[in-house]
Amino acid sequence: MSRGEIAFWLVPLAAFFALPGYLVLGSQVLIVALFALSLDLILGYAGILSLGHAAFFGVGAYTAGLLAAHGWGEPLSGLMAGAAAAALAGFAASFLVVRGEDLARLMVTLGIGLLLYEAANRAAPITGGVDGLSGVTMWKLLGLFAFDIGGRTAYLYSLAVLVLVFALLKRLTASPFGLALRGIRENRVRMAAIGSPVRARLVAAFTLGAAIAGIAGALLAQTTQFVGLDTLGFNRSAELLIMLVLGGTGRLYGAIIGTAVFMIAQDYLAGINPVYWQFWLGLALVVFVFFARGGILGAIESLRSRR
Amino acid sequence: MIGVLFDGVAYGSVLFLVSVGLSVTMGLMNFVNLAHGAFAMAGGYVCVVAMTRLGVPFLAALPLAFLASAAAGAVLERTLYRRLYGASHLDQVLFSIGLTFMSIATATWLFGPSQQPVRLPEFLRGQVSFAGVDFGIYRLFLVAAVAVITLLLGALVARTRFGARLRAAVDDPQAARGLGIDVDRVFSVAFALGSGLAGLGGALGIEVLGLDASFPLKFMVYFLLVVVVGGAGSVRGPLAAALLLGVLDVAGKYYVPQAGAFVIYAAMVVLLIAFPAGLGRRRA
Repeated sequence: MSRGEIAFWLVPLAAFFALPGYLVLGSQVLIVALFALSLDLILGYAGILSLGHAAFFGVGAYTAGLLAAHGWGEPLSGLMAGAAAAALAGFAASFLVVRGEDLARLMVTLGIGLLLYEAANRAAPITGGVDGLSGVTMWKLLGLFAFDIGGRTAYLYSLAVLVLVFALLKRLTASPFGLALRGIRENRVRMAAIGSPVRARLVAAFTLGAAIAGIAGALLAQTTQFVGLDTLGFNRSAELLIMLVLGGTGRLYGAIIGTAVFMIAQDYLAGINPVYWQFWLGLALVVFVFFARGGILGAIESLRSRR
Repeated sequence: MIGVLFDGVAYGSVLFLVSVGLSVTMGLMNFVNLAHGAFAMAGGYVCVVAMTRLGVPFLAALPLAFLASAAAGAVLERTLYRRLYGASHLDQVLFSIGLTFMSIATATWLFGPSQQPVRLPEFLRGQVSFAGVDFGIYRLFLVAAVAVITLLLGALVARTRFGARLRAAVDDPQAARGLGIDVDRVFSVAFALGSGLAGLGGALGIEVLGLDASFPLKFMVYFLLVVVVGGAGSVRGPLAAALLLGVLDVAGKYYVPQAGAFVIYAAMVVLLIAFPAGLGRRRA
């Protein structure tokens, strides 16, 4: 770990002590950052363009939420259950996703997302439908820390999970597996020609990405003690894509920085007027595509190399 | 049964009219354009504004919708779309999502989030009865209008010099360039035409699809689906796909209302698995 990285991780820790009034927003940022990391694995590293990644976020959220609503409120096992359910869904979906080109992948992921959204919407007796799933009651974390109104437990819990998953992904992307994913992203045919099992690699990456998205979803369900239908929505997938690209793809840190910048800006600007927020978001996207490919981290890198 | 089938065909015709331009965009330049619905929405609003604020009759407002959307398409193609032809699909997706968000925000700001009403002229309202089945006159008009436009479009693609250039450019842009065809120009015209048809479809479809500010996102999937299932770059494929989807959607909502949009999304995934290259893809 370099000095810069240590400094980076001290920021959320410092925020815990310095900004006690913003811990609820803070935990949301941490959770969505985790979600963005999962998309970075499949888009930034494996190069799979997905417009329905929220499907797995929602599966994790509903799994953890339903468990807790039906009497099993233990947080860590709920988290694992959410991850397992999302991984299963991701594994099943991956076979449809890896076989096509960009356009077919886009449509299949979009379709899966919409399908699950509609399913949750229609299964109102189980999921609560449009009203959302309430009655989620959590037990104490590790039997020691209750989830409090101020969000202190939720914040530290989310931060700990984020750090753990980040460390795992950092190892993974530096491993031969991560290298193979990048190779597939750059040139699929050549990777197949040198004997890399392209399909198996993509299936593994997509399943893992789905599992991490499921963890993020489960975290949100547990910390907010509520699951809304919007966890599965197209907007969530689209905004996630925007956050990741804003920070910079294929870098891991980009996912976290992009999420933080996006969500803090959203919290501030959408509070003023939601319609303007959508307009400026759209404009920012267009400008970004033309002038700032690579996102914030990409811009910093090119500034550095110019010096 | 026949009534449902007919409503499905009417619905499918509107889908086809809006999506056929997208088929050219995706087929010719391999451009993933998620903002196509925005052109349809623009046409719809032009039609509504022309009728309610300027007092233009419905049939005269339709060409206005076509022209306005075609102009908007031409300008955007020249200034923005053109720069992204060689870009990655991710860039194209982000750019067109950005454009979609902007169009939704603009429409909300100008007209509010509510549904826009359209007052059809007297002779297009009501029903006619034939062999014991009621047909809405407007839907008959709709199907007839789309049939005429489709025939014209087919003739344009199959019989004119522009159509020959367009087909050549779809099949092999490089060879077409080598033969002296100005592929960029062909695409500009095709893009404007496609946007115009989308605008016309948006205006004609207010009665069927509705019109509010969330239109581009709400129907995005349907338009994409028509193109992907139908196979990009042809006229016949999207037509078949649009009619199929229209009938499936209407029948699903009619016979299993509790499943809602579930039917269409399930059909989409199944169709994509069964026909990875689309129903009617033209082979180069």
